[in-house]
Amino acid sequence: MEKFITHTSKAIPLPIENIDTDQIIPARFLKATNKAGFGKNLFRDWRYKKDDSVNESFALNDPRFSGTILIAGNNFGCGSSREHAAWALADYGLKVIVSSYFADIFKGNALNNGLLPVQVSPEYLKELLSAVQSDPDTEIVVNLEEQYIAVKGSDKKESFEIDPYKKLCLINGYDDIDFLISKKDKIEEFELRS
Amino acid sequence: MKKTLFDKVWDSHVVDSVENGPQILYIDKHLIHEVTSPQAFAELEQRNIPVFRPDQIVATADHNVPTLNQHLPIKDALSRNQLEQLTKNCEKHGVTLYGLGHKYQGIVHVMAPELGVTQPGMTMVCGDSHTSTHGAFGTIAFGIGTSQVAQVFASQCLLMAKPKKMRINVNGKLKKGVLPKDVILYIIAKLGTNSGTGYFAEYAGDVFENMSMEGRMTVCNMSIEMGARGGMIAPDETTFAYVKGREFAPRGEAFDKKVAYWKTLKTDEGAVFDKEYTFDAEDIAPMVTYGTNPGMGIKINGHIPELDDISFEKSLEYMGFQKGEALLGKPINYVFIGSCTNSRIEDFRIAANYIKGKQKAANVNALIVPGSQQVAKQIEDEGLKRVFEEAGFVLRQPGCSACLAMNDDKIPAGEYCVSTSNRNFEGRQGQGARTILASPLIAAATAVKGVIAAPYEEEMTALAE
Repeated sequence: MEKFITHTSKAIPLPIENIDTDQIIPARFLKATNKAGFGKNLFRDWRYKKDDSVNESFALNDPRFSGTILIAGNNFGCGSSREHAAWALADYGLKVIVSSYFADIFKGNALNNGLLPVQVSPEYLKELLSAVQSDPDTEIVVNLEEQYIAVKGSDKKESFEIDPYKKLCLINGYDDIDFLISKKDKIEEFELRS
Repeated sequence: MKKTLFDKVWDSHVVDSVENGPQILYIDKHLIHEVTSPQAFAELEQRNIPVFRPDQIVATADHNVPTLNQHLPIKDALSRNQLEQLTKNCEKHGVTLYGLGHKYQGIVHVMAPELGVTQPGMTMVCGDSHTSTHGAFGTIAFGIGTSQVAQVFASQCLLMAKPKKMRINVNGKLKKGVLPKDVILYIIAKLGTNSGTGYFAEYAGDVFENMSMEGRMTVCNMSIEMGARGGMIAPDETTFAYVKGREFAPRGEAFDKKVAYWKTLKTDEGAVFDKEYTFDAEDIAPMVTYGTNPGMGIKINGHIPELDDISFEKSLEYMGFQKGEALLGKPINYVFIGSCTNSRIEDFRIAANYIKGKQKAANVNALIVPGSQQVAKQIEDEGLKRVFEEAGFVLRQPGCSACLAMNDDKIPAGEYCVSTSNRNFEGRQGQGARTILASPLIAAATAVKGVIAAPYEEEMTALAE
């Protein structure tokens, strides 16, 4: 997994609540047996109209906005456990998702793919959204090592929580499989005693 | 220390704890299907790691299977490839597969309980968020992503921080026509779609104690729709009677020994929950949803709330509904009875009991999809097939079908579907399709009347809004 330490980018605002993983990647695109290429169908039914023409009003198609940080409404990633959602976001080129709340399974899936979910207060989410919406060139700084997010050039930093173990994994590019396999002896011991 | 049901099962499965980090949780049973497993098998092969405990994995084909002509080769090349991949992977790694054509094939959350794979006190995972279903047995069961599927393949364990605990109590007597589906839709409408995030739920109170295992599974199935990774109900005599004698359940003395242990799993008197909610059974009415998440539900005779909120308005726009509108009496052209929420034999008995001697409305396409081959067989053996077919319903072969519309069972754009499934997300049942979640009874009544309808009109008119 690619290492993640700090990240600075412009951001795309998507202030819709309860964005479920069916919107992030609709089920009809889950027939693939590998992880590659899901980005082209990210938010497929919001990015494109029924006749497959581009939906100009959708944030990802709005020429004013660009960058690798997505700022989304409350409860992002709810619904289906499909990791294809995290693969699609990462494959599209996103590195950070900011929301005031993330669904559990999505959060884990994102972290397992080097995509950082940054949970902020509803008030700060509003601030970030209005900063980006009023000036699309606004850059956002996400510092994982020091666990803060800020508008570049502003003194105000908002700290965010992350599981210390997961932080270590992201910073070093480790993943859970290596760690679990290193614990085989303990796992076999557990099997014998239970 | 006083422990909850969840604590008892969790604590007995902790292999080790990481300092300042998660715990290593041992997984007893791992269920897999064609959609979320291929990349996990590939991950292992890339790293040259064997599957650690293939005997603890059970595979089936459900998400992406046709519900017509299952004996023929699948027409869609991508779907066919995905199923072939599952077969190859299972053969290669020594995993038991109940694929298409097998008498045990079915929706993973229907077939595992009916085979006795699911037992109280276990830890179970599957790359599917509705794995919470198995919590009905007093099991810690939850959905995982594909990276985690690979972790369980490699180590039979997961790294997880212990979730917080919530309890939802519902006491009293349910009104006529109020089904387990209505109970859980009511709870989600009250608490919201993220009320359970970070939590494991326990459902307690006499409403759940008096529920069948099928009903308990319906309730626990939708725990994820309020954000809870899982939901559990303490195992009791109903649970033991259900498990007893099933294909993979322990037998004889071994079963009795297990029951003695399962009886100890109840939450201790005075155990503490991080949050707790209590509802009165009398307040619950048959429910329907009007929006694009399962928390947007109202009593069947209710009106859509009037909120000023962008997400709310976007949702109503998608559904083609107005604020303040009533849903009762709205014309409906599609009805779907199926999915891991409501495709067990009890669901079809309830639907058939209502439908018997009636005809579906001319405008309605009514699709019945059993949860498993065994349920399909029961439908036939009990004479329900005739009831459905005489009433003009279409009976298909088992699979996830129109719940997520990965196969050809799609609802056309713009059409409403009263569905017994679990998600009314935009496009869930097909691009542009509009889903109204409800119980099998409401679905049956709607199919017969051709409009959103309540089965027992007298009781319904007496409902306070």
